[in-house]
Amino acid sequence: MTELIAIFISMALINNFILVRFLGLCPFFGVSKQLGSAVSMGVAVTFVMSIASLATWLIYNYILIPFDLKYMYIVIFILVIATLVQIIELFIKKTNAALYFAFGIYLPLITTNCAVLGITLIVNTVEVYSLWQSVVAALGAGLGFTLVLAMMSGIREKLELANAPKAMKGLPIAFIIATLLGLAFSGFGGMI
Amino acid sequence: MGNFMKEFAKGLIITNPVFVLALGLCPTLAVTTSINNALGMTLAVLIVLLGANTIVAAIRNFVPSITRIPIFIVVIASLVTMVDLLFAANFPDLHEALGIFLPLVVVNCIILGRAEAFASKNPILHSVADALGITVGFMLALLMISSIRQTLGTGSLSVFGFHFFTLPILGKQPIAILVLPAGAFLVIGLLLALFRRTGVMKSD
Repeated sequence: MTELIAIFISMALINNFILVRFLGLCPFFGVSKQLGSAVSMGVAVTFVMSIASLATWLIYNYILIPFDLKYMYIVIFILVIATLVQIIELFIKKTNAALYFAFGIYLPLITTNCAVLGITLIVNTVEVYSLWQSVVAALGAGLGFTLVLAMMSGIREKLELANAPKAMKGLPIAFIIATLLGLAFSGFGGMI
Repeated sequence: MGNFMKEFAKGLIITNPVFVLALGLCPTLAVTTSINNALGMTLAVLIVLLGANTIVAAIRNFVPSITRIPIFIVVIASLVTMVDLLFAANFPDLHEALGIFLPLVVVNCIILGRAEAFASKNPILHSVADALGITVGFMLALLMISSIRQTLGTGSLSVFGFHFFTLPILGKQPIAILVLPAGAFLVIGLLLALFRRTGVMKSD
């Protein structure tokens, strides 16, 4: 149990996906201008990451390894993620229309989000977690992603009103803010 | 030939993938801790982008538009698998250093972006020129960022074991934050601001 908690904290804070591992930067700089849409995006990504980790773990350990097809992992993982995103989209559309509209365009975009492929690669090939550890790691990573996305969007809402130098406006100042957030998160380094 | 050069040149500055289009940021930030890694990533992107653009341009008239994205992704994923195996066999150190960012080239927006926006609408020769131009633009950006981070962050500059120089004061006390993750954001943010200030790039 303590091991699962350690994995969760490590994935969410110490090795935060955006600020430390540099995964999922496109939504970080692209959509994080409104708190609401940032949180929707974060929840959608967390959801897909957890299911994708579960699915790829099963496929990797019960199909790819027994049949000696490990080298196919890149093609298989991306296809699994693309298929999952399609299925989840259809499922949500049929069962919960309000949620479907809340996710909006973010759901299809998740296929090419490197955080999702990133977590499947990390749990299967880098850390080689067990099934439960993989799901917990994906949940932690997703929540850490959501947290930083929400923080960044809150800051950027204020930043629109700030009097930044002309050359710094927009993307450059967002990078500087990310630096400061990154420094703050490096403080979590000694936690475990 | 004039067209070839035009398509090549536009990738360098006008549509520089990193600084102008802000695509492929994840590998850009992650691998620029040293020039070695930056060059390794460039080589991977070169092989995959050249292959993807050529294949996509070659099959562009046979692919039904409704299934084109999955087809492009499978083409790209196969090429990345080849590069992954190639690097693991020939450059094990580099393969180790790039880590998951080598397989992650699959979801690098530069590659799918060029396949979709350019190669699926243009003949093979132009698509090859586009791939080369974009890769050189990517390399320039990566080299710029990684040389700053490596030189100031470690106090010395060496590429593939060949030592160039050690800075006088920074050699003993380097600005270590620059090789940390936070430093990557800082260097890119300052470079972007510098390009806008000097007029190389337009402000928002």
